[in-house]
Amino acid sequence: MDASPSPAAAPAQGQVLIRRHSLLVRITHWINVAALFFLLGSGLQIFNAHPALYWGAKSDFDRPWVSMTAQRQGGEPAGITQIGPLRIETTGVLGYSDGQARGFPSWATIPSYRSLADGRRWHFFFAWLFVLNGLVYLAAGIAGGHFRRDLAPRRPELSPRHLWGEVQDHARLRFPKDERAARYNTLQKLTYLVVIFVLLPLMLLTGLAMSPGFNAVTHLIFEMFGGRQSARTIHFISAGLIVAFVAVHLFMVLASGPLNNMRSMITGRYAIRKGEAT
Amino acid sequence: MTPNRRRLLSGAGASLVGLVLAGCDRLNRSEAVQATLAKAEDLTLAVQRTLLSRTALAKEFEAKDISDDFRANGTINPGEPAYRALAAEGFEGWRLQIDGLVERPLALSLADLRTRPARTQITRHDCVEGWSSIGQWTGAKLSALLEEAGLKPEAKFLIFHCADTLDPNAPGEMGRYYESIDLVDAFHPQTILAYDMNGAPLPVKHGAPVRLRVERQLGYKHAKYVMRIEAVDRFDNFRGGQGGFWEDRGYAWYAGI
Repeated sequence: MDASPSPAAAPAQGQVLIRRHSLLVRITHWINVAALFFLLGSGLQIFNAHPALYWGAKSDFDRPWVSMTAQRQGGEPAGITQIGPLRIETTGVLGYSDGQARGFPSWATIPSYRSLADGRRWHFFFAWLFVLNGLVYLAAGIAGGHFRRDLAPRRPELSPRHLWGEVQDHARLRFPKDERAARYNTLQKLTYLVVIFVLLPLMLLTGLAMSPGFNAVTHLIFEMFGGRQSARTIHFISAGLIVAFVAVHLFMVLASGPLNNMRSMITGRYAIRKGEAT
Repeated sequence: MTPNRRRLLSGAGASLVGLVLAGCDRLNRSEAVQATLAKAEDLTLAVQRTLLSRTALAKEFEAKDISDDFRANGTINPGEPAYRALAAEGFEGWRLQIDGLVERPLALSLADLRTRPARTQITRHDCVEGWSSIGQWTGAKLSALLEEAGLKPEAKFLIFHCADTLDPNAPGEMGRYYESIDLVDAFHPQTILAYDMNGAPLPVKHGAPVRLRVERQLGYKHAKYVMRIEAVDRFDNFRGGQGGFWEDRGYAWYAGI
């Protein structure tokens, strides 16, 4: 994010276009969007092959901590989702949908019809794309100073007072339009750092921890997560957290100027108002 | 938002999802797309083979970790008359054929197999569906059997011919189970032909009289009801050409992930 004003363009009164996102950030961002889209859909397809989750190394088939099943209720098939002691009827979405027993519904899986073999193909292809894209992004982010310059919070930004002020601004959907908008705010920085350095690497590591081949390369990853079935559970939970992040991220894009935001992630140019407080 | 507008928006949302779905399904049916996606499987094999030493062992567990509900998948009770006859007399008449590209073809009874170099291991069985069970396996080391038979230099893969028909609707022999592995896995110290499970003779539902254990891969590679091991230089001319029952139905030949 290079905040030098662009003298060539001055589209509206008092507005200047700044260079917000580098080409590399934009390219890796959109590749990541595609990869995560296909990874999620194919991942739910794979999950549907055995819609239950366990903790530990092995599956205790009688005691999953999450399960989605189809059961008869008063003669009618019903989808039942169990989370620990909670038993929820989720007919039409989880457990039973489109007239068949399936964990997630067809609109959430790739392909829409049941095919574990195809789901795995999509998943591992886009897993490779995700990993290679992520490595390029990380290498460039370190070498080019993107993390240090744009994502590392400054000390004053971390003061409780400042953070509380940002929380209030976010809650009221009040976003700056002036020079302050040229930089990420602190909540944004912290969220991106957690996604980039915790959630996404966690997806990769828990994914590898399910691989019997990797099992033999190192037992460390398995032990780290408490066994293969625990790794599968954590893989599922962190996928859910990424979905939650994307939902909030998209909402924020819409709430803080969708066209300006989209332009900045496509062309790199972002409009701010010069010398005007909001 | 008025109900009309809401209906319009949710309708638009639903048709957008429908459009994306149909697009994904269409991509999924395209042969060119499938061929591209499958390239990642070669990459996985190449990378795992680079990282994995030939003898790196799968994790072995303790007796207390053994599952009391080890799930049996695929065929659990072969209906073929020939198999039923063998099972009825405790597999007395069963002979394991080891042939193809070998110097000395073998025909071993279960008693013969029990006199060969053996290994016992407690390992985790990872099904492609996502679940895992832990069991103890005792069986003849495949490497010793292959040395006894003497592989010819042209031999590159082993095909495991099984007794069970998993898909009775498939034409001819296409529904019969089979698997194949390469020599890296064949000579791996944990690769055994298991005749005992958890200290007792292998039950029929788990593949009696012997099943393959190839511990660094997923469950479908662990062929049950093994009748014959054939050393070959290629498998693309056998059955569906992909090297296994499930491989012929779209699953990866290398099931290390």
